[in-house]
Amino acid sequence: MTAPAVHPRAFPGGRALSRRSALFGGLCLCCLPTLGRAAESFTMAEVGPGIFVRKGLIADATPENADAIANIGFIVGQNGVLVTESGGSLADGQWLRAEIVERTQKPITHVVLTHVHPDHVFGAGAFVQDKPVFIGHAKLTEALSARGEFYRKRLIDLLGEDRTGPVVYPTMTVADTAEIDLGDRRLTFTAHGPAHTTSDLSMIDSGSGLLFPADLLFVNRIPSLDGSLKGWLTEVERLKAMGPTRAVPGHGPVVVDLAPALADLTGYLTTLRDGTRAAIAKDVSIEKAVDTVARDQRDKWALFDTYNGRNVTVAYQELEWE
Amino acid sequence: MTFRIGQTLSSLALGLAVATTALTPVAWAAGASDTDQERAARWQEIAKSIFGDRQIAQTDSLVKIDAPARALDAALVPITLTMPNDGQIKAVSLIIDDNPAPYAAKFEFGPAADPAELKLRVRVNNYTDMHAVVETQDGKLYEAKQFVKASGGCSAPMGMSDEEAMKGMGDMRMKFAETGAGKPVEATLMVRHPNFSGMQMNQVSREYTPARYIDKLTVSAGDQKVFTLTGDISIASNPVINFAFKPDGKPIQVAASDNQGGHWQHSFNPPAPTN
Repeated sequence: MTAPAVHPRAFPGGRALSRRSALFGGLCLCCLPTLGRAAESFTMAEVGPGIFVRKGLIADATPENADAIANIGFIVGQNGVLVTESGGSLADGQWLRAEIVERTQKPITHVVLTHVHPDHVFGAGAFVQDKPVFIGHAKLTEALSARGEFYRKRLIDLLGEDRTGPVVYPTMTVADTAEIDLGDRRLTFTAHGPAHTTSDLSMIDSGSGLLFPADLLFVNRIPSLDGSLKGWLTEVERLKAMGPTRAVPGHGPVVVDLAPALADLTGYLTTLRDGTRAAIAKDVSIEKAVDTVARDQRDKWALFDTYNGRNVTVAYQELEWE
Repeated sequence: MTFRIGQTLSSLALGLAVATTALTPVAWAAGASDTDQERAARWQEIAKSIFGDRQIAQTDSLVKIDAPARALDAALVPITLTMPNDGQIKAVSLIIDDNPAPYAAKFEFGPAADPAELKLRVRVNNYTDMHAVVETQDGKLYEAKQFVKASGGCSAPMGMSDEEAMKGMGDMRMKFAETGAGKPVEATLMVRHPNFSGMQMNQVSREYTPARYIDKLTVSAGDQKVFTLTGDISIASNPVINFAFKPDGKPIQVAASDNQGGHWQHSFNPPAPTN
């Protein structure tokens, strides 16, 4: 194994030091300043038997955090390791890979690409060397085709090319449901209709009963809408019907009770829907609606001011044609 | 999630060759860090390419631009143009200086127009000055300016496939606001059209979706013209235009065409004036 021991740590100028350049420079990685947030402050939490999750930062991508903002992790099965979420950049994925090889000798056989957003797919580049099956929604290839390069350019602006990594496409796609057998546990995938995005894939682990809804479930961090507001509310019902009681959200704590978390999410989404509908009905323009709709949710969500107006803009475009 | 399509981010140096400058063939390597002088010089050049050597005076009364200082969605930046409605405004042009095709839109008003307030949604590709230039009936030009922070709005891919984005192309709706007798009627025109910018890339085919945008849209109240819009790739997908007109009881006619030969016509009945 040639696991890169480089943590997604940034230095002024936005470039990471590889271990080699750090050693050549006579530097020791462990003695370097941590610049506010350092990868080594991240830890993997064991949320179930053989299930490890790292809590993402409640922040947006910056040169310092290497886009390590999503909850990422892995499941160790009898026959191999399944990566539940790869990370937000090559650097973030490399950090995760190092955490895996530190804990198990088993091969990394599967990497899940839960949807098109950069904080969930750019870690995949770190696992290409393992030749795993990259699992994604049937619509993910199309979505990555349209947006992958666009995201990559913007991530390169922030992190530099070396730490960003390539756009990795799924090698196994799920149009409806699919199952992966890791020997001692089965993972059941569900491809969802347009909701958070148009390529949301959820997973249930038979070993723990845990649901991995990815960004179909935001906790504490304001949900971001990029698919269909009405569709998301429909898919929430579908998640409930699957029957799990606990889940690993895409953002927020590493594990939560599903029912109250979904109730909070639904609370925001219905407030957004009803408020936007009311604005459209009263001919309130989109630029006014972004400042007024769903304001009463403000105290409930981190990053509300960054994302709510944008969510209203997306909702308005969906609902104005009703 | 993080930064999403079209969201304001750090500036990007788009090295894209774009062949869709229908109105003004100018493209620059512009950036967020440009000085005011550089922006002013660029505007001089653009203004000359559009208006030739005609003088453009500053105004704060003949036209005003309202746009968010920092766009929430660079692919959908709502713009409001406010003008006097006493008949002296003949036309208004909107220029987004640092867009690949800066000349975003030109509205030429007819006798049924009430240009007091005009709203449209545009794409903004870079931190930019935006200029509104009005032409008065006596042929004089006046400009107003606003700076907008946004990036990536023209190259931002749509959240769907091209086929899906083209579904229902040419469908239209019109909403009318409640109004009193003899007063201008406020209307919202919605048009289904992807308005492909020509800068949205498909990575699999390694090709850009060809530009396909509404280039001409005429709204009439009966026989009287309200306005003719000449548009370009800077207008956001599924164009929505808010305007006002002087009703004479006859239906509102809308005729739209795009640069690939598409042509659509719809008729709408405004509400009967109530006393």
